[in-house]
Amino acid sequence: MPIEMNSQEKIWKHRDRKTQLTHWALWFFGTALFVWCWQLVSEKTEWFFVLDAPAIAADIGSRMVPPRWEYIDKLWVPLWDTLNIATLGTLLALVLAVPVAFLAARNTSPSPTLLRPIALLVIVSSRSINSLIWSLLLVSILGPGVLAGIIAIALRSIGFVAKLLYEAIEEIDENQVEAIKATGASRSQVIAYGIVPQILPTFVGVSVFRWDINIRESTVLGLVGAGGIGLQLQASLNILAWPQVTLILLMIFLTVLFSEWLSAKARHAII
Amino acid sequence: MSTPRTWRPKPFIENPKLRWSITIGTLLYMLLALGSVEVNWMRVYEGLDRGLKFVAAFAQPNFTGRWTDISEGLAESLVMTVVSTVIGIIVSIPIALGASRNLAPLPVYLFCRSIITISRTFQEVIIAILFVAIFGFGPFAGVLTISFATIGFLAKLLAEAIENIDPSQAEAVRSTGSRWWQWLNYGIQPQVMPRLIGLSLYRLDINFRESAVVGLVGAGGIGATLNTAFDRYEFDTAAAILILIIGIVMFAEYSSSAIRKRVQ
Amino acid sequence: MLELKKLGKRYRTGDHALKEVDLSVPAGQVLALIGPSGAGKSTLIRCINRLVEPTSGDVLLHGESLTRLRGGGLRKARRRIGMIFQEYALVERLSVMENVLSGRLGYVGFWASYFRRFPQSDIDTAFSLLDRVGLEPMADKRADELSGGQRQRVGIARALIQNPELLLVDEPTASLDPKTSRQIMRLITELCTEHKLAAIINIHDVALAQMFAQRIVGLQAGSIVYDGDPEGLTPDVLTQIYGEEDWTAVRKRQSSDSDQDVTDLEENL
Repeated sequence: MPIEMNSQEKIWKHRDRKTQLTHWALWFFGTALFVWCWQLVSEKTEWFFVLDAPAIAADIGSRMVPPRWEYIDKLWVPLWDTLNIATLGTLLALVLAVPVAFLAARNTSPSPTLLRPIALLVIVSSRSINSLIWSLLLVSILGPGVLAGIIAIALRSIGFVAKLLYEAIEEIDENQVEAIKATGASRSQVIAYGIVPQILPTFVGVSVFRWDINIRESTVLGLVGAGGIGLQLQASLNILAWPQVTLILLMIFLTVLFSEWLSAKARHAII
Repeated sequence: MSTPRTWRPKPFIENPKLRWSITIGTLLYMLLALGSVEVNWMRVYEGLDRGLKFVAAFAQPNFTGRWTDISEGLAESLVMTVVSTVIGIIVSIPIALGASRNLAPLPVYLFCRSIITISRTFQEVIIAILFVAIFGFGPFAGVLTISFATIGFLAKLLAEAIENIDPSQAEAVRSTGSRWWQWLNYGIQPQVMPRLIGLSLYRLDINFRESAVVGLVGAGGIGATLNTAFDRYEFDTAAAILILIIGIVMFAEYSSSAIRKRVQ
Repeated sequence: MLELKKLGKRYRTGDHALKEVDLSVPAGQVLALIGPSGAGKSTLIRCINRLVEPTSGDVLLHGESLTRLRGGGLRKARRRIGMIFQEYALVERLSVMENVLSGRLGYVGFWASYFRRFPQSDIDTAFSLLDRVGLEPMADKRADELSGGQRQRVGIARALIQNPELLLVDEPTASLDPKTSRQIMRLITELCTEHKLAAIINIHDVALAQMFAQRIVGLQAGSIVYDGDPEGLTPDVLTQIYGEEDWTAVRKRQSSDSDQDVTDLEENL
């Protein structure tokens, strides 16, 4: 206890000695770890370049304006592709995520000892690996193109959607499920009448949210050849066409803002 | 009065015109979108073989072949994760304070909110490209990128937490005649601390995954090694790297949920 | 000691919450402010320590105007005015002791308060106040582990450790059961006598107000409509404050209600 008696007066301390020591030890090791890591980064850094950075940034900045507005004609198709990668990828992910979620949820999994761990492994693998890495893999397998992008987005999104969905399934009100079971309903009828209505709002909300994230992600997949506006970004960067880069960044900015607005609208309308 | 004999579930969208136009619009979009996906089936067919090889490689990942590259890349990723998370948190806190409408005056609020918006709009890799162009290749550009991305995430969610505090607790501290900093320390901080710790741990996890990606554009970390492996079609090495990433993420998630439970 | 001069508050939404209120409170007087919800009771006491900025008029504490103070001056004035809140307003994730000591924030520097290094004299006072309100064994409990009545006692200790000259009390019993309400009101009035404090107590429970206050002020739509003894609160006056209602019946029911509740309530002191 942090309260101690000292001859006449009671001493009050914020923490007792042991917690205080642990507290300082944690801070000490945390700081030491950070400093050590920083030094490792610093060793690999050309500080000469970094010191020069303001000048380079100013130089690039001056090259970036004004944007090359004519270039926009070449951006409509890539933007359409970007939108499709995000949308079709999300849809594909939804289709695949639903069964995974039911397998992973403790209360609906048909085999908690075998299938549930597999489903959880699928979820964590999908979540651990960025869609850009999935694209890298798929471009290497399927060749460059929109298809690789769609599948990459889907593979990355399965884990996200399935995780949030199975958590929702685990939190449902079991009484409602019991009531449906009591009517003599079959297993699939129990799911349709007892579980689906309870998780539908989460499902819709998560889908719209993920679509919004996927728009952002699909803007860069082109950098590794998986289609969309990233291809144009890569091409413009390769020839150092900074005015085109500005325009592309501007278009990405507007697209993302638009998708954010649309998904917020959709969430409000549905939930 | 007669009772109706038929019953159909109420449609989700009641207005039939709107319902049909949304249905037809969606179908039309799907047709157009699917139609615009060009697939070179020959290439896909050839690829299937490589796909199978990759799946097989997962069964026999090759950790040893390029172990020096892998271990150095992973170590660099981890180091970048630590540095960028710490920097990100330190910078996020003042920005979050500025982005809370109940603390900051309007101009400060708008300024901080626009930083958050920019950070959230651009995918990390785009920022990484710009930072590599400005600061040169290497982990420093990566650290800056991930720190910047952390700001958009952490400052936004922390600001939301600050805006949702119980105002009466803060008011009570203000009524004692506290200074602004004391008010922050006693009235606000205790209320948002668990959220800040939880978000920071979550972000540590995300930042590790990001640090694997920024390497693709030369900003340090395991991404470069991974890119090389794919370029050379060394699927067994790539599989080894992916397995290590998954393992570390699993470990991080497990330990962060344990810590989060403790600080509630 | 405290004087309000034509104090007015008009919110940006257009609500005219206070209309030229004149009120003077002598030292040591316990005053109950009654009135229907939305009459401006809460606004009135918050205008005194400027948690709400008044839009017109003046507040004088010992002849010194509080409405023109800024920064450090305002903080010094606030620490002379203790405040007790509806729903306690304790910082829930801090310990009882930290909550009590937060009443000293106006007296200690930032770093001392950040590292929780309060002067020993403050800590002694905190212990004796906690002892007085019957919570000494709870000093290291977190505020959210306490019951409602206990929390309000911590709130009282936090206000008193400021060593105030005036207490502002905002609906202290709003979320307490009848027995605890009386205990809390008794504690507040006793402490006011012990420390020779003046107090303004917002309260919606007329019976409690009559039982514990020396003076009653009735507020209706931002204006004072009654100012006098507790005994002077006739049904006519109550009608003027609250509107038409069978007041004898209400008061009877209130008292029988509380009698009934008292029996099956447990309050662990």
